[in-house]
Amino acid sequence: MSGPVPLGMPAFPDAAAVSTRDARLRATLRHATRTIRAKRGAAVAELDDWRQLRAAAAAVKDRTLRHLDHHLVRLEERVTAAGGTVHWAADADEANRIVTALVRETGEREVLKVKSMTTQETGLNAALAEAGVRAYETDLAELIVQLGDDLPSHLLVPAIHRGRSEIRGIFRDRMADWGRPAPAGLTDRPADLAEAARLHLREKFLRARVAVSGANFMVAETGTLVVVESEGNGRMCLTLPETLISVVGIEKVVPTWRDLEVYLQLLPRSSTAERMNPYTSMWTGTTDGDGPRAFHLVLLDNGRTDTLADAVGRQVLRCIRCSACLNVCPVYERAGGHAYGSPYPGPIGAVLTPQLRGTASALEESLPFASSLCGACYEVCPVAIDIPEVLLHLRERVAEGGEATVRGVRAVVRPARRHALERGLMAAAGLTLQHPGALRSGQRLAARLRRLRPRRLPGPGRAWTDSRDLPEVPEESFRDWWARTRGGASS
Amino acid sequence: MKGTDGGASRARILARVRRALADVPAHERPRDHPVARDYLRVHGRRSPAESAALLAAHLADYRARVHRCGADGLPRLLRDLLAERGARRVVVPAGPPEEWLAGAPVERVPDSPALTPYDLDAVDAVVTGCALAIAETGTLVLDGGPGQGRRRVTLVPDHHICVVRTADQIVDSVPQALERLDPLRPLTWVSGPSATSDIELDRVEGVHGPRLLDVVLVADAAG
Repeated sequence: MSGPVPLGMPAFPDAAAVSTRDARLRATLRHATRTIRAKRGAAVAELDDWRQLRAAAAAVKDRTLRHLDHHLVRLEERVTAAGGTVHWAADADEANRIVTALVRETGEREVLKVKSMTTQETGLNAALAEAGVRAYETDLAELIVQLGDDLPSHLLVPAIHRGRSEIRGIFRDRMADWGRPAPAGLTDRPADLAEAARLHLREKFLRARVAVSGANFMVAETGTLVVVESEGNGRMCLTLPETLISVVGIEKVVPTWRDLEVYLQLLPRSSTAERMNPYTSMWTGTTDGDGPRAFHLVLLDNGRTDTLADAVGRQVLRCIRCSACLNVCPVYERAGGHAYGSPYPGPIGAVLTPQLRGTASALEESLPFASSLCGACYEVCPVAIDIPEVLLHLRERVAEGGEATVRGVRAVVRPARRHALERGLMAAAGLTLQHPGALRSGQRLAARLRRLRPRRLPGPGRAWTDSRDLPEVPEESFRDWWARTRGGASS
Repeated sequence: MKGTDGGASRARILARVRRALADVPAHERPRDHPVARDYLRVHGRRSPAESAALLAAHLADYRARVHRCGADGLPRLLRDLLAERGARRVVVPAGPPEEWLAGAPVERVPDSPALTPYDLDAVDAVVTGCALAIAETGTLVLDGGPGQGRRRVTLVPDHHICVVRTADQIVDSVPQALERLDPLRPLTWVSGPSATSDIELDRVEGVHGPRLLDVVLVADAAG
């Protein structure tokens, strides 16, 4: 994944060391994630066949990925036959260049945007700004992020780190710079804040000539694109402008129309805990007299084929961006989304970002370790991505090095320097476990010295104990206890 | 047109995909990888009356207002719903709604490609039929067929009244709905009025789409 990595983005532990001390952030996140967790549980429990749907969702995505080239070519055929134009972008820069050129051709200087993870990933807004085109975000949370000159911190609710009173402040102070000012006497009631956004964006929707969206699904056999949303900003952008440009990751394709029956049941319940989200739009190319006259689909790779090349890691390409894994993650709840240093935060970000971008920098190297491996993310994932499995796989690659595909080229990744200590310890552990005598005498020595146990390891071990408590040393090792009592059978 | 450098990126991406999938056996066809569809087609057995009741309950859960009437009572009910909000100008797509509103004391604005978003912003309400409704999720689906208009007419006005024929337009489940829909038509699925969960993940109704959604379930409506 190329695209905007803010310079000097700190590694996860450094960023988290700051964010976990922010009491207000932690309270806001705790409240929001716990609210949605309880609701999601109830929405999922309504479907007796959740387990079967989840298995089918994973299988359909695997089936698609195993023949991705076939489905992409088919999709292109169908979109083209229905009046759309398909473009292919190998990386973020190319996607941004294509979109910028398409906007320029229309002669417009502003575009409306539907919330889209791919254009966050490519940094499209900044690229458009450089070309003199202003991009307006229309999703409420994206609007809060944009007005606040901020970064997104959640897949579904990018402004989840902002409480209602902060949002009121941002609207009051910043809306005037972007168009219609906030109403006088704006309160922090969510309904009033939503009304302020409605008024602010209305004039932009009515005059819009060009819109940029992403898509949740693309159906290869029909050429249909699907956008799932709540507010109606999506419908506004997908139907009112003359030109629609959709930037979509190549992994968003599904083979058949029927396959949607699985995802349209799983996604809303898993994401916003609703039986169905308020609005879903489906369109195939262009329709005479209804909606945009020009439709462009930009298919984005940007590290996805590199991810596909990894037989263990490719399962993350099943992701439908529901964000359930963020909402259950104890690490996300405490560290917040910004600590993950990419538009993809939380457990899915910890496995997606290092694969899309490669593990070349300190940030990406640190992400596979941003987890306690509790497994809650795997349990809630509606497409059954075994996130802990991929985390361990990536940890091994970071610590031991190994083969990976980087921008389409097979390469050998060198072990990360920072993880030399772990490598050493793993080697020592292997040696000790193969020599029981050494283990026994070591354990006895540790037991005798247990009162001297430090709270933090000195020297190179310090980094390890920075985020962990050193385990207590028992008075007697398990082996000795077993040899003495045979498991307590004799006493 | 294939991107900025012709088909070069297309070829590059497809080649990368093929290299990445070197572990997939050459003889495997796209449909070979198994998908077990042992999930349910419908969540429960219901009589038509029960399906209509479930649809009504689920629509109401998400703050749509649900009304019921017979075919004869429909024009009167629509007049009342429009009058309640003082609606004067109402978009009426070609088809059955023209008949339903024939005697209503409102200015009827026919749907046409010439209607701009600004024109639509200046009307009070829109009355449409639908393609079908899904009971299990509380969803209406519009496909631009007769009496439904172009997508924008059910989006810009602040009040949408949608008429559902209980006799033949209600399905139970999402799989049943997809089976009946034509993917080549532009489709809009509507489940309650517009809403957002973007402020502290609390649901608030009423953002950019119509803030008031009235659904009328009509028994044996003509047309």
